[in-house]
Amino acid sequence: MEKFEIIRTGAVPMPIENIDTDQIIPARFLKATSREGFGENLFRDWRYDSDGEPKTDFVLNSSRYKGQVLLAGKNFGCGSSREHAAWAIYDAGFRVVISSYFADIFRGNALNNGLLPLQVTDEVLQRLFALVEADPQTEFEVNLPEQELYLPASGERISFEIDPYKKECLIKGYDDIDFLVSQKEAITAYESTRAWTY
Amino acid sequence: MKKTLFDKIWDAHVVRSIPGGLDVFYIDRHLIHEVTSPQAFDELEARNLPLYNPAQIVATADHNVPTRNQHLPIQDQLSRFQVDKLTSNCEKYGVELFGLGHPNQGIVHVIGPELGITQPGMTIVCGDSHTSTHGAFGAIAFGIGTSQVAQVMATQCLLLSRPRKMRITVEGELRKGVTAKDLILYVIAKLGTGGATGYFVEYAGSAIRSLSMEGRMTVCNMSIEMGARGGMIAPDENTYTYLEGRPHAPQGERWEQALAYWNTLYTEEGAEFDAELHFEAADIAPMITYGTNPGMGIAINDTIPASVPASEAASFDKSLQYMGFARGESLLGKEVNYVFIGSCTNSRIEDLRQVAEYVKGKRKAGHVEAIIVPGSKQVELQAREEGLDKLLADAGFELREPGCSACLAMNEDKIPAGAYCVSTSNRNFEGRQGPGSRTLLASPLVAAITAVEGKIVDITQYLN
Repeated sequence: MEKFEIIRTGAVPMPIENIDTDQIIPARFLKATSREGFGENLFRDWRYDSDGEPKTDFVLNSSRYKGQVLLAGKNFGCGSSREHAAWAIYDAGFRVVISSYFADIFRGNALNNGLLPLQVTDEVLQRLFALVEADPQTEFEVNLPEQELYLPASGERISFEIDPYKKECLIKGYDDIDFLVSQKEAITAYESTRAWTY
Repeated sequence: MKKTLFDKIWDAHVVRSIPGGLDVFYIDRHLIHEVTSPQAFDELEARNLPLYNPAQIVATADHNVPTRNQHLPIQDQLSRFQVDKLTSNCEKYGVELFGLGHPNQGIVHVIGPELGITQPGMTIVCGDSHTSTHGAFGAIAFGIGTSQVAQVMATQCLLLSRPRKMRITVEGELRKGVTAKDLILYVIAKLGTGGATGYFVEYAGSAIRSLSMEGRMTVCNMSIEMGARGGMIAPDENTYTYLEGRPHAPQGERWEQALAYWNTLYTEEGAEFDAELHFEAADIAPMITYGTNPGMGIAINDTIPASVPASEAASFDKSLQYMGFARGESLLGKEVNYVFIGSCTNSRIEDLRQVAEYVKGKRKAGHVEAIIVPGSKQVELQAREEGLDKLLADAGFELREPGCSACLAMNEDKIPAGAYCVSTSNRNFEGRQGPGSRTLLASPLVAAITAVEGKIVDITQYLN
């Protein structure tokens, strides 16, 4: 997993609520057996028409907004557990998704792939949408070690929460699997003492 | 402190807690399928890790498989490759596979309970969000991503934070024509599509207790559609009667020991939840969805909300525009082109019986295509043994072979752009049943009546 510390970048706004993982990556693109290349079909049916032509009114097809932050309406990533959604967002060049809340499975999948789900309040989210709409060049500095979203234009600093273990994993580029494999002794000890086994 | 059902099972599976609040959490059963497992097997390979214990994994091919001519090679090249990859991975690692053509093949959340693999007190995971289905047996069951699939393969464990607890109590008797599907669509409509995010739900109350195991599975299945990590129901006599004698269930003396343990799995009087909700069964009517998330549901003879909070208006109208509906409109009389009866939510024998019973001696409307996809080979076989296939065929319904099918349209079972489909599945997201498809979620009974009438009707007028 790639390390994450501080990034300074623009944002792409999608002020739509309940964006589900079927929109992020439709099921018909889940037939690949590797993790790569899903970015091409990110938001496929919002991004392209049935002839495969880009829809000009969709934000990813606009040159107006650029950056590694995806700014999205509340309850982002609901629906299917497909990790392909996190892979597709990452593959398309995003490193952070900001929303006022995330579906649980998506949040976990994002964290396991070096994609930061950054949760802010509804009020802050609406303000960020307004800022980006007013000035598409608005810069965001995401400082993970300090758990801070900094807006250089206004000097505003917005703190955010993240599990301390997950934060360390992102900063160091560690995966849960490395940690779990190191717990083997504890796992076998647990297995030998269970009251009821299946 | 008094414990909930959830606490008892969670606590029994904590290997150790690490500073900061995460638990190394032990998984008893891991279900895998062709779509979310290949990258996990690759990860084991890349890291040179062995599979921790193949005996705790069961595999099936369900998500992308065709529902016709399963005895022939899969036509779609990518699907065939994915299914072949599952087969070769299972052979290589010694995992039991119920592949295409196997008498136990089927949708992963149908075959687990059907074979007695799913048991009370277990922890069960699968790379599929509807793993919550298994909670109907008093198990902690939830969907995971592919990175986590690899973690469970390598260590039989996950690193998890303990979710908050919610109890949803439904008291009283369901009205005529109101099923488990209507009950859960009603609850989701009340909570909204993200209303239970961060929670693990226990369903309780007399209306839940009186559901069959199939009905309980339907309820727990859709927990994820309100954002819940999972849903569960305490085991009882219904649970034990269902499980006894199934191939993977404990036998003989071990069955008696299991019962003694399972009988300890209930929420103690006075145990605390982070959130409690109460509903009356009598308030629930046959439901249908009108929008593009499962929270957008109404009683079938009600109207689409005319007003919503200002902050939600844009998303709400976007959804209605996709569906071709308007605020304040009734769905009654809307013509429907497709009826899909299937998916891990409603493809069990009870669902097929209910449909067959209603359509017996009737005929589907000429403009409707009615597809029934059984949840498993076992369900298909039982339907044939009971003669349901004939009743359905006479009514113009096509009984297919098992798989996830048009629920997510990974195979060729797709609803065309713009067409309306009344579906017994679990998601009405944009394009879920094929690009441009418009899905209305409902119970098998509503689906059957819709197929016959060719349009949305007030089903209460059609029950004798």
